[in-house]
Amino acid sequence: MSAAPERAAAPVLELVDVRKSFGPIEILHGIDFALHAGEVHALIGENGAGKSTIMKILGGFLAPSSGAVRLDGKPAPYSSGAQAEAAGVVVIHQEFNLAPDLTVTENIFLGRELGGLFLDHRAMRAGTQALLDELDSPIRPEARIRDLPVSDRQMVEIAKALARKARVLIMDEPSAVLTHKEVEVLFRQIERLRAQGVALLYTSHRLEEITRLADRVTVLRDGAVVRRAGRGELTEDGMATAMVGRKLEDIYPQKRHHAGAVALEVKGFSVPPLVKDISFSLRRGEVLGISGLVGSGRTELAEGLVGLRPATGEILRHGVPVRVGSVREAAACGMAYLTEDRKEHGLLLDKNLAVNLTLSTLARFGTPFIDAGREEAALTRAIGEFDIRAPRRDMKVGNLSGGNQQKLLLAKTMLGDPEIVIIDEPTRGIDVGTKSQIYAFIDALAAEGRSVVVISSDMPEILGLSDRVLVMRHGRIAGELEGERLTENAVVRLVMGTNEQASGSAAHV
Amino acid sequence: MSDIPRPDLTRADTVRADTAPPSLGSRLPGLSALGPLLALILLVALGAYLNENFLSAGNITNVLARSAFIGMIAVGMTFVITSGGLDLSVGSMAAFIAGVMILAMNALLPSMGVGVPLILAGMAIALGAGFLAGLGNGLLVTKARIEPFIVTLGTMGIFRSLVTWLADGGTISLDFGVRQLYRPVYYSGLFGVAWPILAFALVAIAGQVAMRHTRFGRYCEAIGSNDKVALYSAVNVERIRLMTYVLLGLLVGLATIMYVPRLGSASGSTGMLWELEAIAAVIIGGTALKGGYGRVWGTVIGVLILSLIDNILILADLVSPYLNGTIQGVIIVLAVVLQRSKSSSA
Repeated sequence: MSAAPERAAAPVLELVDVRKSFGPIEILHGIDFALHAGEVHALIGENGAGKSTIMKILGGFLAPSSGAVRLDGKPAPYSSGAQAEAAGVVVIHQEFNLAPDLTVTENIFLGRELGGLFLDHRAMRAGTQALLDELDSPIRPEARIRDLPVSDRQMVEIAKALARKARVLIMDEPSAVLTHKEVEVLFRQIERLRAQGVALLYTSHRLEEITRLADRVTVLRDGAVVRRAGRGELTEDGMATAMVGRKLEDIYPQKRHHAGAVALEVKGFSVPPLVKDISFSLRRGEVLGISGLVGSGRTELAEGLVGLRPATGEILRHGVPVRVGSVREAAACGMAYLTEDRKEHGLLLDKNLAVNLTLSTLARFGTPFIDAGREEAALTRAIGEFDIRAPRRDMKVGNLSGGNQQKLLLAKTMLGDPEIVIIDEPTRGIDVGTKSQIYAFIDALAAEGRSVVVISSDMPEILGLSDRVLVMRHGRIAGELEGERLTENAVVRLVMGTNEQASGSAAHV
Repeated sequence: MSDIPRPDLTRADTVRADTAPPSLGSRLPGLSALGPLLALILLVALGAYLNENFLSAGNITNVLARSAFIGMIAVGMTFVITSGGLDLSVGSMAAFIAGVMILAMNALLPSMGVGVPLILAGMAIALGAGFLAGLGNGLLVTKARIEPFIVTLGTMGIFRSLVTWLADGGTISLDFGVRQLYRPVYYSGLFGVAWPILAFALVAIAGQVAMRHTRFGRYCEAIGSNDKVALYSAVNVERIRLMTYVLLGLLVGLATIMYVPRLGSASGSTGMLWELEAIAAVIIGGTALKGGYGRVWGTVIGVLILSLIDNILILADLVSPYLNGTIQGVIIVLAVVLQRSKSSSA
């Protein structure tokens, strides 16, 4: 282990030998961690390694079981998130802390409104505009949060943190929901804040971002610090190895699919208002990747195919036209869709594992009475088959880690035994170890002769998994790549629309 | 991604495929779930202590029979609330159904004469009216996509005004001869248990089984918990929602069938505030008002708690019976406070 780079300046905020237990289980084992002014300190680790707990302790949301939190060398004078904010320690949570029905201005000034008896709307609006200008953001101060895309909400969170004159800014995977362009804007802001002397904590599963941003890196594994490094001391490969604790083999499976007969044909398929005139075919035993920018219509296309959105056009299964007007009809045609939004669309977070597992195939578990024994047996099978790791079987699914939630969602989707599986963002917010497991599951599905469609914004994922890639742009297919033509460069060109000729390659469908 | 504390993957306490399903112990309801039951037992003990007649068969029958109407409605309400809905119209609906039923029976009397067929026809009309009223509420909620609160606030006013109009501002009375024949449906019973109590018991048991052990109940909880997830999970959300309102309408019809022989009349004030009593019973019983979690047996206990308070106040002469509403109100608020402290500590 190499020592962290020596700095003359004392840390702004630090944890000294912090331990944290929930019940009998200790999940942080004596953490030392320091944030320095004018530095970006990246905290990385697999899901469940303890990153969120550390951020919650730093931000005042949790108290350590033992050890100390020090602000400017003195015990931190706060015991709640609100008090921490007042002391200049601001956390930007992954689940945004914004009131959806209020405007941008109202959110930014929430709790510290300007004016006396009556609100000074003009001053607050001007203040908000100034902050947004600083961030180069075109968001209107009077826009309602509800109407903003996720990336804009992220910007509003950052503006809110700026407005609170943050000295320490803790960002929990801020880039996870942003497009490439927006990530660039975010990075510029982070660099600007660093130059202003703000101490930043940054987490991300995208290691290239860590390489670019971080002045220091701390790697966590199972609640303990396993590696500290300064800028440039760790390669991305080294980070991943430190996180997982073993040498990472290629996390993608060998491509060895033998495509069989055409299982699905889609002709002239449109999902108003965005997706227009999509045609493609899908073979048995094939993994088809769908790439494209966020907002290019990938999810809309998938939701249209399984009857979640009104759509027009033809769907043929084994050459026979079928009508799919609902998820049930899609299931009857052997088609299933695994949503990108597992928390809002995929799982009932306040229900247990079995209830979630069987929800979409409940009719198979007995009529009129549900056979609890069969549900338990199905759960036991799913836990084994998909390596779902839950401390207790009857726990709420919301308390599972993201990776285990995703495995459960996959198990739920596969319980209906679909021949065609559309998986939207299979590994969003999931650690490297679980990712490779999920890739192996996807590979196994294809090897069994199922047809898999993988929608992903993650370029290595698309390239590593797919036998063939469709690229979408502005709701249409911009091109199709296969075999030797399937390279990162080619996909990126199609995604960005810099190579119009490439669409000619769709001709062989 | 949520970094909720997760133990080391290699630890023994991590559930793996080979571990046994949860033991019986983990399936017993927690102490918080037993709260309403404890409150009920306390109330019974208090009643017995204050008045020796409290535990007499006559008094118990009286309490249970009076609970039965609200009880059957509250069981239906449990499903509506569990799936994320609400129905404010049930009290007015009961009055309206009672009015329609009595008018229809009076109108059929010349052709059918006093007899069991006439009573059965009346019952069928009550159930049919309940079905249609529930269907109306349900369609407005699911097809027209109007908030359940608004829909049923509207129909509450409509049903109430319709029955007042039908009664021309007065009372609709059942023909005296028919009433004599119909009376036993409220006042008599089987093996000494009054019919309304039997009907309530059957509805409660069927409701509990439906909530816990059938797809319908599971879907109601899923929809109330997150209707998007239910939709993505191939659940026919609209149909289940519609069914909860229709079920409730039918149960209001059934309650009315039991209620009409008691007084033999209906007026603009019949079933006044029943909707609030039914909702209160559901909430006291531990069903979440925002939906997602339903407890039918809790609702039954909630109904019994509400009517026992009434009964004890009348019997005990401790506090003025006029304060009944105050005590019920305090209990409702307490129940929700207890639920909240339960969920925040979880």
